[in-house]
Amino acid sequence: MRHILSILLENEAGALSRVAGLFSARNYNIESLTVAPTEDKTLSRMTIVTTGSDDVIEQITKQLNKLIDVVKVIDLNEADHIERELMLIKVRATGKDREEMKRMAEIFRGHIIDVTEKTYTIEMTGPGHKLDAFIKAVDEALILETVRTGASGIGRGERILKV
Amino acid sequence: MELTGAEILTRCLEDENVEYVFGYPGGAVLEIYDAIFRQDKFRHVLVRHEQAAVHAADAYSRSSNKVGVALVTSGPGATNAVTGIATAYMDSIPMVVISGQVNRPAIGLDAFQEVDMVGITRPCVKHNFLVKDVSQLADTIKKAFYIASTGRPGPVVVDIPKDVTQQKFKYSYPTSVQMRAYTPVQKGHPGQIKKAAQLLLDAKRPLIYVGGGVVMGNASDEVRELARLLGVPVTNTLMGLGAHPGKDPQNLGMLGMHGTFEANMTMQNCDVLLAVGARFDDRVISVPQHFLSSPKKIIHVDIDPSSIAKRVKVDVPIVGHVKDVLADLLNVLKQSDHKQADITPWWKQIDAWRAPNSLYFENSDTIIKPQYVVQKLCEITGGNAFVTSDVGQHQMFAAQYYQFPEPKRWINSGGLGTMGFGLPAAMGVKLAHPDADVCCITGEASIQMNIQELSTCKQYHVPVKVINLNNRYLGMVRQWQEFFYGNRYSESYMDALPDFVKLAEAYGHVGMRIEKPSDVEGALREALAMKDRLVFMDFITDQSENVFPMIQNGKGLTQMDLPPHMRNLQVAPPTPVSERDYGNLC
Ligand SMILES: Cc1cc2nc3c(=O)[nH]c(=O)nc-3n(C[C@H](O)[C@H](O)[C@H](O)COP(=O)(O)OP(=O)(O)OC[C@H]3O[C@@H](n4cnc5c(N)ncnc54)[C@H](O)[C@@H]3O)c2cc1C
Ligand SMILES: Cc1ncc(C[n+]2csc(CCOP(=O)(O)OP(=O)(O)O)c2C)c(N)n1
Ligand SMILES: [Mg+2]
Repeated sequence: MRHILSILLENEAGALSRVAGLFSARNYNIESLTVAPTEDKTLSRMTIVTTGSDDVIEQITKQLNKLIDVVKVIDLNEADHIERELMLIKVRATGKDREEMKRMAEIFRGHIIDVTEKTYTIEMTGPGHKLDAFIKAVDEALILETVRTGASGIGRGERILKV
Repeated sequence: MELTGAEILTRCLEDENVEYVFGYPGGAVLEIYDAIFRQDKFRHVLVRHEQAAVHAADAYSRSSNKVGVALVTSGPGATNAVTGIATAYMDSIPMVVISGQVNRPAIGLDAFQEVDMVGITRPCVKHNFLVKDVSQLADTIKKAFYIASTGRPGPVVVDIPKDVTQQKFKYSYPTSVQMRAYTPVQKGHPGQIKKAAQLLLDAKRPLIYVGGGVVMGNASDEVRELARLLGVPVTNTLMGLGAHPGKDPQNLGMLGMHGTFEANMTMQNCDVLLAVGARFDDRVISVPQHFLSSPKKIIHVDIDPSSIAKRVKVDVPIVGHVKDVLADLLNVLKQSDHKQADITPWWKQIDAWRAPNSLYFENSDTIIKPQYVVQKLCEITGGNAFVTSDVGQHQMFAAQYYQFPEPKRWINSGGLGTMGFGLPAAMGVKLAHPDADVCCITGEASIQMNIQELSTCKQYHVPVKVINLNNRYLGMVRQWQEFFYGNRYSESYMDALPDFVKLAEAYGHVGMRIEKPSDVEGALREALAMKDRLVFMDFITDQSENVFPMIQNGKGLTQMDLPPHMRNLQVAPPTPVSERDYGNLC
């Protein structure tokens, strides 16, 4: 099953490679990994999307907790949470496709953030499946480039991950 | 007054009460070596290969309650240390390894003798540090010792760039460590401990399964008390030998791949299993599905949550330090007015499994049996020697036939199985226990992986006894080839062996060759009597001897290959199909 793990870790050089190294050394899957410092500059917040049976996820959580740089780990799937991902997608926008692209971007609540004679770059956020849907909805031949951040996740309401 | 980074380092080591540093110099650590020259609080032992420095430091830790320290230079010095670090990591041994690094501005430029030590060792250390500024040095060393020795112990690497050792800073050694992300648990959950007590009292077929965590956690007294209180059988892993006395009637010996018949049968058929500081290794329980096919309740005490439910699901997980958890468990049991179930039928069954003596071997008066040498050694030393070993058949014979009365006397590489461990380990142990007998049981192949340390032993006067069980084969490999590869002994014969007697003499030691069984005892006595000499005993042993019992790859605990005299007893229920092949490498 797919799980989203949220991790608070020391904002230290090497902390990221410890986490990434753990996943490869122990043969765990990583679907995506995002990381950036938090409002507290000494801490980074990481979101990892992974897949595995409950036993494997339990081991992943324990192994992450064992890393000296990891302060806290939660499995967002254990309760209500929100997941968002940002995508920048550059598409061919010429002739009749130009208007069509603009319409599609609007339907999916994307913003066109760069315009040239022949291209649009669209910014879009949402859960991963929405971004997938957009990619599916536009003509494959028109997609020039996509870049996605991978999911960031947060618990709903009073569910807070903090030290 | 300001000190250089190198001086700060040596002061930190002094403040940690370090007695020995095992190391080897080179460009990146010359500043440190100069500071070592100018101090007299600890001694430096110059090994002949960095791998040996790390094994010696590791064994120093294993045999004492201190943290061993190794020091190596950057680049090749650092990479030579890696096998030693991985060895300690797999067996959860506390240790601090200090490596030199190139100057900070040169890092990343493929500088001379530069390797990314932090990167290389990341998967085989408990933690590692690159010291980026001298102001952090003392703090980092303090943390390194703290992390290495608390929680689940393990090696910690501190990589120090040369220019940091030359930078100056005020020295003060921190008195305590604050790490918000690292807070090992000590006490077990009282509710879980009560549950465990209940299960143990109600058990009709209980067993205590003791591992290396009890040895390193100094909980041997608690295990003994618990075993006595309940009168239950005890088995130990290779790493747990000595935690419960090998000769105690309640002790069933080692379990697992080369464990005794009774230990494996008891492990399979128990109804309540108390696992303490043991990790259900694949060499111990073999195929988990087979192990679990006889229903049992499992209580698992371990300081590392990730050891629990890793290979088998357990009923009562207890995260905590073995010593604390067992002390609490003992209290609960002593206060309980619940009557213990009758376990006499269980003992009857166990005694029946014991009767044929699965460690019996046919001795010979023409050719030396390796088992016989170990048996005699145990007898002559009264079980009181420290025994280190290498890896192979001789290691298993040592584990099976030397009955350790105390923990921390049996020093071997279990998890990584590192050939070349034995001699440097013996060196570390002897330095920690100068008055004790220290014997290294080895094979002619393993010993050659670090034989250069005979020279270190000479220089520092480390009179250990080397017991070479010389079968002219990579014996363990040969055994597997005999069993599984139709006797095709591919590259397992050691041709062109050196004359070990002359070799020992060349290094300045005493050499002995023993070829007749009738000479074994006399030779051992003679060698052990030479208290201040290193004696290298080359026992020419039976080439075709195999280690029994043995559980083959993919077989269950009860599906042992038994020694010849027990072949009619072969117990072999069908193995359930395994979901995942856990491998079992030689
Ligand atoms: C050739 C060869 C053959 C082998 N055959 C066998 C065999 O037949 N039988 C066998 O048993 N082994 C055998 N081994 C060794 C095997 O590979 C493992 O190393 C060994 O079984 C592991 O022992 P252990 O379970 O005691 O764990 P260890 O590796 O000693 O781990 C200790 C456990 O205790 C925990 N711990 C540590 N400190 C504490 C504390 N203070 N409080 C609580 N918990 C703590 C740790 O977290 C860990 O889970 C063999 C090895 C070789 C090289
Ligand atoms: C460094 C290393 N290389 C290879 C092995 C695989 N291996 C395990 S036992 C063994 C043979 C050991 O031979 P020897 O030291 O003579 O001991 P014996 O089995 O003959 O008693 C080998 C090659 C290992 N454990 N370690
Ligand atoms: Mg051999």
